[in-house]
Amino acid sequence: MEALMNWLEAQLADNSIFTLQTLSYYGQGLTTTVQLVFLSLIIGLVMAVPLAIGRGSKKAWLRLPIFFYCYVFRGTPLLVQLYLIYYGVVFVEGIQESWLWVILEKPFVPALIAFTLNTAAYTTEIFRGAIKATPKGEIEAARAYGMSRGLMMRRIVLPSAFRRALPAYGNEVIFMLHASAIASVVTIMDLTGAARFVYARFYAPFDAFLFVAAIYLCLTFAILYLFRYLEKRLLAHLKPASG
Amino acid sequence: MADTPIPLEVQNIKKRFGDTEVLKGLSLQAHKGDVITLIGASGSGKSTFLRCMNLLEQPNEGELFVHGEQIRFKETRHGREPADWKQVVNMRARLSMVFQSFNLWAHMTLLENVIEAPVHVLGKSRQAATEHARALLERVGLAERADYYPAQLSGGQQQRGAIARALAMDPEVMLFDEPTSALDPELVGDVLKVMRDLAEEGRTMIVVTHEMAFARDVSTQVIYLHQGQVEEAGPPAEVLGNPKSERLKQFLAPKH
Repeated sequence: MEALMNWLEAQLADNSIFTLQTLSYYGQGLTTTVQLVFLSLIIGLVMAVPLAIGRGSKKAWLRLPIFFYCYVFRGTPLLVQLYLIYYGVVFVEGIQESWLWVILEKPFVPALIAFTLNTAAYTTEIFRGAIKATPKGEIEAARAYGMSRGLMMRRIVLPSAFRRALPAYGNEVIFMLHASAIASVVTIMDLTGAARFVYARFYAPFDAFLFVAAIYLCLTFAILYLFRYLEKRLLAHLKPASG
Repeated sequence: MADTPIPLEVQNIKKRFGDTEVLKGLSLQAHKGDVITLIGASGSGKSTFLRCMNLLEQPNEGELFVHGEQIRFKETRHGREPADWKQVVNMRARLSMVFQSFNLWAHMTLLENVIEAPVHVLGKSRQAATEHARALLERVGLAERADYYPAQLSGGQQQRGAIARALAMDPEVMLFDEPTSALDPELVGDVLKVMRDLAEEGRTMIVVTHEMAFARDVSTQVIYLHQGQVEEAGPPAEVLGNPKSERLKQFLAPKH
């Protein structure tokens, strides 16, 4: 143990890369990544619930546009979507004179829009599948007990579907975390952006990128842990008593 | 008593699935305290008939009166539909159904299942509903299982829980759709016992069943259906004790 500490101290003593300065870059990168991923996931989640309900609607004018949206955003690379929004927004007529330009000029908001639209499309599909898998008998019971369509959706279908969707949604969260690395290509200083900066500065690829990989691993582990906890609590009803 | 509305009356119900007519004009009157059992071979239309009574299936023709109130229908492109879904929702709240496969809501505990509709459909206070629910669970022998999820209960326990859920609505009529058919033989007895108790306290019940002993001992009226028509109907002693039609005799004959 002591040998290990000594070794670590020696390593840090004569390294010129992981100084307070570069560590603060990584710190800022971590904040940006977490903000970007968290915000896009939350907004995407809120969007996905009504979209998933509409996606299963009998009315074609409601169902088809949502199907088309999901198809396009799941069928094209996130990087292309990000380029389109980040570079394309400049060409929107009159946008540079409007108040919106103040926020769209910086890369954060276009990236947030791209990530949100992307995760909302995937999440919509996850929820749609979960809603469709609601046991028929439970829906029948809800109808037989006088529930209106809205009440049934709110009390029976969605609570049951959210639980079923949990494992798949956990994957989507991890996927978004890793996909957020491409934010760095539009000059955002996220975790990967910070790593690229450190790499360019010291020409030390292993130090710069292994360190950031370790941070991603830790974040992934935290997400896994969170979802395992949620599943344990919210999916308890599916386990037989003896299990 | 003449002006007390009849809890449930259906007249001349017809139902088609595609070109097949599965119900060919069935009528029934359930007075207070009646226990009507519907028997017949599978495919005779008895479950469909029951499901037409709370409009889980839409009958193509026929009239429905719940507590004297006629359910209004309208013709649409897709066929006949209730004209006023609010009326249907109110009507369903007066009839509660017990299903063959229990259909408890899997993400809720037993207690939550029982209070769900009283709180959110009838607008009862949570506290009053919970008190009532605990009494009902006690009654069906599941007081200690209140906080279990359906998946943690045996089939018989689930079905007794489903009966408690039905009772929590203070229904005027209870509809039972083959309530013991999905149960292991040794669990059937508990469920039937609960149902016998309900019949004894004067509940109005319509029961689709294969349990001939239950039909004979408990019901006030037995209806034997064959291919969507009433083949024979009357008090159990007559219909089951002295069947007139050849088909019913065969149906009742012990099978090997």
